Amino acid sequence: MSAATLKRAGYWTMHYAIIALYVAFALFPLYWLFKVSLTPTKLLYSEGVRMWPSRTTWENYGFVLTNSDFPRFFLNSVIVSVSTAVLVTVVASGAGYALSRFRFRGKFWLVGLMLITQMFPLVMLISPIFRIFTPLGLTDSLLGLIIVYTAFNIPFATFLMQSFFDGIPKDLEEAAMIDGAHRFTAFRQIILPLTLPGIAATLGFVFTAAWSELLFALMLISKTDASTFPVGLLTFVSKFSVDFGQMTAAGVLALIPACLFFFLIQRYLVRGLTAGAVKG
Amino acid sequence: MSVQAERRPGWHGTRRRFALRMEPYFYASPALIFIVAVMLVPLAIGLSYAFRDITLLNPFSGGFVGVQHFVDLWHDSDFWQALGNTVTWTVASVSLQFFLGLVLALRLYRPFPGRGLVQALVFVPWAVPMFLSGLNFAWLFNPVIGPLPHWLYAVGILSSPENILSDPAIAIWGPIVANVWWGVPFFAITLLAALQSIPPEIYEAAEIDGAGTWRRFADITVPFLAPTIAITVLLRAVWIANAPDLIVAMTGGGPADSTQIVASYIFTQAFKGLDFGYASAVATVLLMLLLVYALIVLMIRQSLLKAS
Amino acid sequence: MATIDIDGVRKRFGNVDVLHGVDLTIADGEFVVLVGPSGCGKSTLLRLIAGLEDISRGAIRIDGERVNDLAPRARDIAMVFQSYALYPHMSVERNMDYSLRLRKTPAERAREAVEGAAGKLGIDRLLQRKPRTLSGGQRQRVAMGRAIVRTPKAFLFDEPLSNLDARLREQMRGEIKKMHQDLGATSIYVTHDQIEAMTLADRIVAMNEGLVQQIGPPRELYEHPTNLFVAGFIGSPAMNFIDATYRREGQNAFLVVGEKRLALDERDVADGTPVTLGLRAEDIAIDADPEDPGAIEATVELVEPLGLGTIVHVQALGTHIKALSLAVVEHRVGSRIWIRPHPEKFHVFEEATGRRLERKAQFAAELPA
Ligand SMILES: Nc1ncnc2c1ncn2[C@@H]1O[C@H](COP(=O)(O)OP(=O)(O)OP(=O)(O)O)[C@@H](O)[C@H]1O
Ligand SMILES: [Mg+2]
Repeated sequence: MSAATLKRAGYWTMHYAIIALYVAFALFPLYWLFKVSLTPTKLLYSEGVRMWPSRTTWENYGFVLTNSDFPRFFLNSVIVSVSTAVLVTVVASGAGYALSRFRFRGKFWLVGLMLITQMFPLVMLISPIFRIFTPLGLTDSLLGLIIVYTAFNIPFATFLMQSFFDGIPKDLEEAAMIDGAHRFTAFRQIILPLTLPGIAATLGFVFTAAWSELLFALMLISKTDASTFPVGLLTFVSKFSVDFGQMTAAGVLALIPACLFFFLIQRYLVRGLTAGAVKG
Repeated sequence: MSVQAERRPGWHGTRRRFALRMEPYFYASPALIFIVAVMLVPLAIGLSYAFRDITLLNPFSGGFVGVQHFVDLWHDSDFWQALGNTVTWTVASVSLQFFLGLVLALRLYRPFPGRGLVQALVFVPWAVPMFLSGLNFAWLFNPVIGPLPHWLYAVGILSSPENILSDPAIAIWGPIVANVWWGVPFFAITLLAALQSIPPEIYEAAEIDGAGTWRRFADITVPFLAPTIAITVLLRAVWIANAPDLIVAMTGGGPADSTQIVASYIFTQAFKGLDFGYASAVATVLLMLLLVYALIVLMIRQSLLKAS
Repeated sequence: MATIDIDGVRKRFGNVDVLHGVDLTIADGEFVVLVGPSGCGKSTLLRLIAGLEDISRGAIRIDGERVNDLAPRARDIAMVFQSYALYPHMSVERNMDYSLRLRKTPAERAREAVEGAAGKLGIDRLLQRKPRTLSGGQRQRVAMGRAIVRTPKAFLFDEPLSNLDARLREQMRGEIKKMHQDLGATSIYVTHDQIEAMTLADRIVAMNEGLVQQIGPPRELYEHPTNLFVAGFIGSPAMNFIDATYRREGQNAFLVVGEKRLALDERDVADGTPVTLGLRAEDIAIDADPEDPGAIEATVELVEPLGLGTIVHVQALGTHIKALSLAVVEHRVGSRIWIRPHPEKFHVFEEATGRRLERKAQFAAELPA
């Protein structure tokens, strides 16, 4: 073997070694989560740190799904996340369209405002929002959460939608307007259908963000009935901190919708992130 | 006469002009209303709380206390500790995420068999809700069900297989590890996009000019990536400094406030202490610090733009 | 069909003036071609007529009705975009009947209209396809079809053929001409292509920097350009320009170029005025008789065979001159030849203003009539 071949072989060995290490790092925690959730409670203490338990069981999932409030939490989270995703997408489509197609007074300030909201600490808003929402009956209510999440996600979603609108030639809605359409009709019938991938990506992003939000849900919701999955899981953890099997089973369940949406949106990750990183 | 009439647009015309002028606001206003009502107004109110005594359970609170909160803050050792922790937390998380993200992006940049699969797999942590990745790592650090303490003990980092989250001296590293695990994909994707925007001909030209792997990296990749890197790192740092989710989920700031960062301190004050006035004062200080930081970022950006 | 009346129209974007007052009256059924260098405001003018931009000053009337404040949909105008702007998510049929559906035309009538238009354009077999599956020429036809389904008051074309290859362009040019003869629709057509302008137009409007320079039938712009801009813009190869001085001695007028004197008819301008002499390439004969007083000695610099004739680049009168001959020319580069510009075809422009200087005699003859 020549030196060059050796060098190449060395390069590829290194390459795959690094990648294998990172894949292990990325997946191991999830593997472990899943493993613990399948371990029977009796074996947890004796076999807690084995790579695979000697016996597996689905009973933790059964318990979580039938004897706990998790189905309620799950449903609440779905309601909140889906509503937020739809609402944000509608509102951000409008704003993104305005930013993409019009020059108007105040545009600079609107963009500036949206950029700033991406920078400031949202925890700042916890106390005032709580005080404003209490008299309005928006605490302990899913509607309150939806409103908060919608507002928080609009700026990023707007930039994302704008980048999709920018990719659609202006000629198209002009042609439609000449064909006899109102601008709004052209927007609905011509532009929006062409932005479907962008809409899907925005829905996915916002859904995932709303599904994962913890702090405002903790602060604004105290009733179990209105708790979302993150809050439910966290209270479950602090209350029954020994029931690892059930907690991890609940964790795996919480993971599923987020992962589903992740696969829906992963093609747009790069665009989304660059929209966020460069503009935000 | 007709000329006169044409110079002055009729009522109909004025209305259309007005409608045209208003059109963009029609599309943008719902977003604006949400942002103003749910972010800007509360922000202003929050700033005013910083100068008032607002404790949720105390019906006599609400009075104006001037800068009292800020004076208290100055003497609040927990706050200073949280500030120090914020720096550790942010610097450690960002630099580790960035370094691993860069390595990963450089590995994923060139095609190789299995790249698509690897890419999908290594990006998975990013899909995990943040609080859940926190909980998951809390479990992994728990010696009863998690292997990490045992491994750390085996390689000699820990003197006994204990939960690092209960050791005030090193507990902060628990959330940092979770944060790194969760955040690497973000950097990897951003850097990958930036790498892919470098025209391949430039590398080919450099190769023909006789530049080796290392020279190509130093002379082409780094200068091309520098602006993206600078901006991404600086903005991400703000985001991480502002995000207390992992800490709230993993340690709640404990033990003995040893993992409290400023953002989680604000949350704790508001959520557990129900002392909105003081929480808002801390938040105001955090906002000021971030503004100063943002100014510095903008200046760096300006000088980078000038340089290129 | 309708008349279009553009009256003192100005347009500014922010603080940039793009149109400085355009006046143009288009008769019913007329085919008007807008030409002018890039950025002179042709598309802007079309967009003002269509209602896609707001008019800053002046008025546009369609069939006598002032439309300044009408939305595009209310103006009943069709436009063919350079990019075609076909709706990518709709089939060809949907693209074509979109405007009819918006107007709530009965389905039966809409289908007839679409089929009629598709038949005329030879795209009847493409009706169910999506635009992305069509070739450039087919897309162009669909864009055309979309415009003609609803017999609008006027057609606007913004460089509709510029994305096509030369052969297809030639073919479509013929079809547009035929279509116009069939429909007799009022049309405004923007192009950069000299041949399109010359062949399609009833009248050409030459624009420069937001101002109309000349309006007239193609031959008039070609043969009597009113100023240097139009002279240089219309025609390919471009007109030769030669700096000269206008002189008059008694009854004889002539131009002085360097040492050479070129006789011409008298112009209405003072003796000694600096002028620019314009010569079209085809008005210069090559291989002239050296004894002829109008003949000029020249050195061949480049010979470009066109197939149909030859362009000979020569150095003469202290400048570069192009001459077009329909014959096969076999001169070698560097050889000396004699060229002779046709004195009847001299275009003379005042250097200071760029204004055309007409023949005095001709003026006098025309005046009584
Ligand atoms: N929306 C706009 N805002 C500002 N300036 C504009 C706008 N649209 C056009 N312009 C400017 O107006 C001028 C005329 O533009 P227009 O598109 O009408 O040129 P054109 O004659 O069609 O050129 P081309 O032959 O290249 O298509 C240009 O200088 C252009 O930059
Ligand atoms: Mg144009």
